[in-house]
Amino acid sequence: MAEVQFRFRNDEPVADPAVTVDSFGEQSNAAAVRLEPGDDARDLIPHLDRLQLIEVNFPVFGDGRGYSAARILREAGYAGELRAVGDVLVDQIAFLRRCGFDAFAPEVPLDPADAEAAFNRFAEVYQPTTDGRAAIWAKRHG
Amino acid sequence: MYKYDTYDQAMVDARVEEFRDQVRRRLEGHITEDQFKPLRLMNGLYLQLHAYMLRVAIPYGTLSSAQMRMLGDIADKYDRGYGHFTTRQNIQYNWIKLEDAGDILADLASVEMHAIQTSGNCIRNTTSDQYAGAAADEVVDPRPYAELIRQWSTFHPEFSFLPRKFKMAVIASDIDRAAMKLHDIGIQIVKNEAGEIGAAFYVGGGMGRTPMIAPCINPFVPIDQFITYSEACLRVYNRYGRRDNKYKARIKILVHELGKDEYTRQVEEEFAHLLSQNIEPPLAELERIKAMFADPPFEAGAPDELDRSDPDFALWVDNNCVTHKQPGYIAATISLKPVGGIPGDASGEQIRLMADLAKQYSFDELRVTHAQNIVLPHVKKADLYTLWQVLEANGLGTPNLDLVGDIIACPGLDYCSLANARSIPVAQKISQRLSDKQQEIGELKLKISGCINACGHHHAGHIGILGVDRKGVENYQLLLGGSEAADTSLGQITGPGFDEDGIVDAVEKATQVYLANKEGTERFLDTYRRIGMAPFKEALYG
Repeated sequence: MAEVQFRFRNDEPVADPAVTVDSFGEQSNAAAVRLEPGDDARDLIPHLDRLQLIEVNFPVFGDGRGYSAARILREAGYAGELRAVGDVLVDQIAFLRRCGFDAFAPEVPLDPADAEAAFNRFAEVYQPTTDGRAAIWAKRHG
Repeated sequence: MYKYDTYDQAMVDARVEEFRDQVRRRLEGHITEDQFKPLRLMNGLYLQLHAYMLRVAIPYGTLSSAQMRMLGDIADKYDRGYGHFTTRQNIQYNWIKLEDAGDILADLASVEMHAIQTSGNCIRNTTSDQYAGAAADEVVDPRPYAELIRQWSTFHPEFSFLPRKFKMAVIASDIDRAAMKLHDIGIQIVKNEAGEIGAAFYVGGGMGRTPMIAPCINPFVPIDQFITYSEACLRVYNRYGRRDNKYKARIKILVHELGKDEYTRQVEEEFAHLLSQNIEPPLAELERIKAMFADPPFEAGAPDELDRSDPDFALWVDNNCVTHKQPGYIAATISLKPVGGIPGDASGEQIRLMADLAKQYSFDELRVTHAQNIVLPHVKKADLYTLWQVLEANGLGTPNLDLVGDIIACPGLDYCSLANARSIPVAQKISQRLSDKQQEIGELKLKISGCINACGHHHAGHIGILGVDRKGVENYQLLLGGSEAADTSLGQITGPGFDEDGIVDAVEKATQVYLANKEGTERFLDTYRRIGMAPFKEALYG
């Protein structure tokens, strides 16, 4: 199990291991769940209150379903930890961050300097998401 | 024309630095070619048969003369003196060194250009009508809407790893000059009975190995919601588009497998949710962009007559120029299809010349067409003869727009690592064989692809040619009856394929069948639709 390399939260990380979406349905006290690309993030919406950690797995970086899953969860008001795990590469982390991920556990740890540069590369963004950054159009017409 | 502000400029500048960093990490061996591939692809850099190919975005095909001049300079400085204009209204350079790629992007950024998302499984450069802003039949100029899409789709965090590439087109007239229904999303800007502007959404069209014409999933999305609607279309695709087979991963397959109604239902549901997320740019942003596409200062009362006494000039006007919304002006197409030439190629010198002519005669503006030609959109009729003489003297006056010599062809096996067969030599031979006949034959759109991926739009050609590999030998299938216009249709294969010389003969025979059966003012396509495939088959195989 890969270590969390970057975390943008101040609360204590949840200790429970994340369970699959299937077994999550049966374990009514689980606080952590792991989404695979084929899982429907909306199935978790009724349970967001008790969830403290949602891991989203990227078995291969090119499978972008986890980006939509993350936004759907944040748009539904999920405020717990959203962790990207698996084939998470330095050139994806800024996009992932914008979609609502606030923790990263890459299978192969990233070069810290490269990652730092990647998180901060683009000072402005064209689209609003739930990450709180104002879109360029909002600044133009603020 | 759209002008970058400091925000837009900062965006492309940051991209140049990011890409320099990615190239550095690759050259130093920190990342593998497999990891580098999606990064360079998202910057339009392909590893081809002989070298890297760089594809530069030309948003909705519109260029200023300064931008065009830079494209010519890049051809000379970093390539072998040529650029290749593409069916996506972009330009490609075929002989690029990886070490130079960062410098080229920096040169491009200095004239507000980039190669962002010109490849990769993301939202590609948005195309539009090449006569936008000049056409007499448009409801509005479609380019401000395309620019809004450009900004929304640039580095979209959710849609940068889609199942497959994603192409959008925006038009605003009933005559479709952008093959809108053959895109992943085609948008027609329309006006409803109340006089309000909205967007009709056509989703799930495409060419490739499974060509499909996009169905209309919503005939009128209010214009202050059309970005949100696009986001809903993309989200459903990103979540449910197939990822198990790259040949079934385009949105057309999803729409086809779900059915138009079920796909539409899911989009509408997602749209209803996304409306609560306030992701739509305000109308003030659209107004800001629109102001930059205001009409140039046309001269009122400019003479509307042309002196047609030079027959070569008159022929060029009849073939290559279209009516302008402003009396006294005309939109002129510069054909990049000289007899026997490589479709879409222009030398650095020719590119700079076209830039100068745009500055002098067309309010500083040019367009790239999806048929791989260049348009000077706003030429005063009084200047047209002088302009034509310069074009003619520089090999740019070929009077063959939409004629059989105006061939669309992909780069084919001469350059492309995906191709099965060469396209360019076939185009050259057909162009030479039929050059004397093309005026008599009239409108005939001929399109050639060197493999099933259909970059040369062969499905949509009145005559289409598809190059395939048959037991290690290049073989060419012939298709008849395709169209990319408002009456979109897909061509049908005539029968067994031909070798390289055989396909040239076959095209000639097809034109002979047309001329023998033509009634009145019928075009090739009209005659084919009336008489059907049988007489053509008889001539080809009988």
